[in-house]
Amino acid sequence: MLSPESLAQIDRELTKYPADRKRSALMSALRIAQIEKGWLSNETIEFIAHYLEQPPVAAYEMATFYNMFQLKPIGKHKITVCTNLPCALSGGADAGKYLQQKLGIGYGETTTDGKFTLMEGECMGACGYAPVMLHNNHSMCKHMTPEAIDKKLAELE
Amino acid sequence: MATFVKGVVFEDVDFENPDSWRLEEYVKRGGYAALQKIVNEKMTQDAVIAEMKTSALRGRGGAGFPTGLKWSFMPRSFPGQKYLVCNTDEGEPGTFKDLDIIKYNPHALIEGMIIGGFTMGATVGYNYIHGEVFEAYLRFEEALEEARKAGFLGNNILGGGFDFELHAHHGYGAYICGEETALLESLEGKKGQPRFKPPFPASFGLYGKPTTINNTETYASVPYIVRNGGQKFLELGKPNNGGTKLFSISGHVNRPGNYEVPLGMPFSELLELAGGMRNGKKLKAVIPGGSSAPVLPAEIMMNTTMDFDAISKAGSMLGSGAVIVMDEDTCMVKALERLSYFYFEESCGQCTPCREGTGWLYRVIHRIEHGQGRPEDLDLLLSVGGNIAGRTICALGDAAVMPVQGMLKHFRSEFEYHIENKRCIAPGY
Repeated sequence: MLSPESLAQIDRELTKYPADRKRSALMSALRIAQIEKGWLSNETIEFIAHYLEQPPVAAYEMATFYNMFQLKPIGKHKITVCTNLPCALSGGADAGKYLQQKLGIGYGETTTDGKFTLMEGECMGACGYAPVMLHNNHSMCKHMTPEAIDKKLAELE
Repeated sequence: MATFVKGVVFEDVDFENPDSWRLEEYVKRGGYAALQKIVNEKMTQDAVIAEMKTSALRGRGGAGFPTGLKWSFMPRSFPGQKYLVCNTDEGEPGTFKDLDIIKYNPHALIEGMIIGGFTMGATVGYNYIHGEVFEAYLRFEEALEEARKAGFLGNNILGGGFDFELHAHHGYGAYICGEETALLESLEGKKGQPRFKPPFPASFGLYGKPTTINNTETYASVPYIVRNGGQKFLELGKPNNGGTKLFSISGHVNRPGNYEVPLGMPFSELLELAGGMRNGKKLKAVIPGGSSAPVLPAEIMMNTTMDFDAISKAGSMLGSGAVIVMDEDTCMVKALERLSYFYFEESCGQCTPCREGTGWLYRVIHRIEHGQGRPEDLDLLLSVGGNIAGRTICALGDAAVMPVQGMLKHFRSEFEYHIENKRCIAPGY
């Protein structure tokens, strides 16, 4: 269900917690599964639960509570732009508008070619580098002026 | 950017050197000497706590609770496992200091946690890192590996007869997990819903064991205190407000970034450090301690100093030290609308007053901003706020109400103008 590489990563996460507290590794296991699969289907969530010897509902609860988990298929590149106040004061809301225009989609939507999904995000803890956006949850893009956005989008295949 | 006027957390860090964060560089500038001192001088746990108390270090995550006192709450004679936790889940709008601590000086945090582990008899620690800063998580993992290899983590550290292991835990997007008991729930692999207190974490924390949770900046200040003595740290700041503080400055300034300065610096100087107001505009208002802190108008801010007591006296709170600067063109209704949406979005839903009330606050402010406000709306906001504050398990409810109360206290006329004229008095963000 998951590649040996992903399973090895999950096994490494498990070493961080007491042997009888495998539940603690649910968050990272779901993250690792999502990186491999692109999103979390019920089957993937259930697989993770069984792998960590937890009831499926425990894993499902995690996947639905934390907003970086994706419960539906999305575009190849998820762009999350922060529009919270500190970012907005430095062009965050404008960056969001520019992205909508450029990609021709609204927040929560995916381009028809399946390449980009655009999300409106909450504070990413990087306000000093505003405007900021997050690429596929893990890569922080700073100072996202329209020119920087153009450049970044062109880089993403 | 990050810089310091007086560096404790950033002591001698070279921000231009891409390897400055590495263990080798940290040791060169006096790193791990505090830990060595504890071992060499056979310092007792009580002696460390005494220095911490003298230092007047107050929690840097937002609450400002005296760290030495918090450490003394841990039951020293408890026979079982105890835990140490670091809260790097910074998601309070305006706050981005912990990100730079891990980026530029992760070993100060690691050393501080090892000392904390020794002092409280906790042999295992976790650092819970905010979901959106994955690169910081990877760096911290790398720094941990360096510390393990060098023998600073593991068994019988430096031959001092105590053990400590430290792990990084990566969050995945929930502001509420910055609340310490929600963080513990999350660390246990559950939804981040805060626990009812008491019992406090010092008696029932992670996995039900005694646990101490401190902020990243708090731990990162500990090596300096142990190395130089609490008194020296205290003297950097003001009585009851010891040491330096990282201020994360965002908004309408020329040079946003993290500035480590002595507590008690006048706000006007801090603003100057950040390059002053962008485009030469006039300062209108400042949120001095993260989005939950009540806003203060320019004239109050320009006459206050940046420390816990002075900001509290001015009617707000120093919180996490996140300073959000707004110029004369900022519409306060629009600003508050965005903040209220944040709390509505991030309420965990456990307590009805917060789950329902944050939605009410947002919807009412939204309709004022969009020209559909009613004259009775301002009193309605205060009434809804009064039914949230103090009626929830954790402080998120209060945090959602304080910005509303602050805005209505200092900028009520702007809200009234909005309701009457159905448009902004100022252009926007």
